[in-house]
Amino acid sequence: METTFRKRTSKATVKVVPRPETLNKELMLGGIIQGLAVTMRHFFQNVAREKPEVTINYPEERLKYPLRNRGLHRLMHREDDSVRCVACMCCPTACPAHCITIVAEETGNGNEKRPAIFEIDELRCIVCGLCVEACPCDAIRMDTGEHMHVVDRRDDAILGKVDLMKRGISSTAVQGGEPNWQERVKTVPDPRFR
Amino acid sequence: MGIVLLFLIPVVVFSIVSVVLVGVLGAALPALAAYPDFTWVMDPWFQALIKMTLLILVVVMPLASILTWMERKQSAKMQDRGGPNRAAILGARAWGIPHFIADAVKMIMKEDFIPAKANKILFSLAPVMAIVPVFVTFAIVPFGGDVCTHQLTQVVANPALCTDKVTLQVARLDVGLLFYFAIASLAVYGTTLAGWASYNKWSLLGGLRASSQMMSYEVTMGLAILGAFLVYGTLEPHAIVLAQGPLPWHWGIVYQPLGAILFFTAAIAETKRTPFDTPEGESEVVGYFVEYSGMRFGMFFLAEFIEVVFLSAIMATVFFGGYEFPFLFPDGFHLLGHSLPLPHVAVLLIQTAGWGLKVIFFCWFQLLIRWTLPRIRPDQLMDLGWKKLLPVSLANVVVTAVVVLALMAR
Ligand code: SF4
Ligand code: SF4
Repeated sequence: METTFRKRTSKATVKVVPRPETLNKELMLGGIIQGLAVTMRHFFQNVAREKPEVTINYPEERLKYPLRNRGLHRLMHREDDSVRCVACMCCPTACPAHCITIVAEETGNGNEKRPAIFEIDELRCIVCGLCVEACPCDAIRMDTGEHMHVVDRRDDAILGKVDLMKRGISSTAVQGGEPNWQERVKTVPDPRFR
Repeated sequence: MGIVLLFLIPVVVFSIVSVVLVGVLGAALPALAAYPDFTWVMDPWFQALIKMTLLILVVVMPLASILTWMERKQSAKMQDRGGPNRAAILGARAWGIPHFIADAVKMIMKEDFIPAKANKILFSLAPVMAIVPVFVTFAIVPFGGDVCTHQLTQVVANPALCTDKVTLQVARLDVGLLFYFAIASLAVYGTTLAGWASYNKWSLLGGLRASSQMMSYEVTMGLAILGAFLVYGTLEPHAIVLAQGPLPWHWGIVYQPLGAILFFTAAIAETKRTPFDTPEGESEVVGYFVEYSGMRFGMFFLAEFIEVVFLSAIMATVFFGGYEFPFLFPDGFHLLGHSLPLPHVAVLLIQTAGWGLKVIFFCWFQLLIRWTLPRIRPDQLMDLGWKKLLPVSLANVVVTAVVVLALMAR
């Protein structure tokens, strides 16, 4: 500790903090024994407990995910099992990672569209859920609770329309919203403004 | 439950070990020697060979390899983690104990790589040079009392008097612990050669650090244990154990507390483990075995753990009564005027099992130290060795010598 060092050439002076050289510090034994006592206490506590409280042995034990957990995407179906998505391009616009690719096509009945190609690159996805928020017709959801599965090639991580719809079920929401929703909102009293 | 198993499993394991050791050396071989064709089993060379083999196969290697698991499990428990628990034999996980087998398989299956510019002969020689001395030093450790082979079932008051005794010690050398110092200092060659032969700056640095550290601490180690020699008046480990006797307040730790601490510190520095692991400081030079892979690396790894076992054995022998069990005299327990006579073989079994328990306790304690204290810098290391431990150990020797002289003159 005798190396208190002042640089003459520089105008700035070094503030020397005194470090008292106590016998206990010099011996180091006190600190060592304290440290050993701490680790020893933890050792015996954890041995007695059989399993540390914080550890989750993953494949056998799993945390219960919260309801709002965002898993792999899925595309919902209509009553006739066709895709609900109308290729409105809201989700690729909202997506901050630019990982949704949609190529639209005409359905042929009326003036509706549907996606010819709907691909999500799950490796680029940042799991923000903005696509779900953006969708006006409950076509895309992230409530599968599934993790991204292990892939050997990056291409395998791009989920296409078929993959996404495989997980989907029929959504009971009325396509395009309920026709008379404005009247219904008026009749239902909002508890906050009563 | 966990605590109970923590104490129960070593007791059970070392009871079995002591039955094997005492049974083979004290009962089976003398019985075999009764047949005229097999008298050679009592020849000194065969006895030494079989004792060394048994000691290594039954105690040292299992303990050293289980220490690789113990180190990880114990550090995990100390840090509130789970530790290794995946490897299993036929689905039996047993707290991850099979991990040491998985480790060995991994080490053997790995590619054995020699750098292009390395000195091939020295590179291959270095791991052997590191591991052989630590095995050889076990020759002086007494792991049990003398066996009177014809009086196994009787109460024997003084085993030193019987004529047909088998010693539970590979070599009873009068130079004793000097032999240990001589052989242990050969281990420096292993590490230094490894550092130099692998043609790598970092391993060379690691090798240099290792050689400087081991040479400096050998001085302190020798001086620290000198106090104990003065007290017992002998260098021979078995005589040291007998001098301490079964009463715990006559053990070396009571007469030489400072010497014990100094010796333990210096000896941990000799094993090159944290807090003195500058030769292999993972975050700075990675160490003298950077270039080693596969089983060659495994030999360095194993040598380190065998040194841990050996240091535990020496600590137990010199400062904690060796194989002497508290209050267990050669003819049975004597405590507070009560006595419980025991046959000779029972005394021997308890003594050897007790020796094993002391050894594993010190292994545990060394792991505890290794996972508690941070690594110190090389300059602090040299400071500690030369400026602190050495003067204190010198003072310890002088004071001990004066006290012993005064007591002898009285
Ligand atoms: S979760 Fe976010 S990043 Fe992933 S596809 Fe949806 S909008 Fe894009
Ligand atoms: S926002 Fe919904 S409807 Fe629009 S393209 Fe995306 S999934 Fe299809």
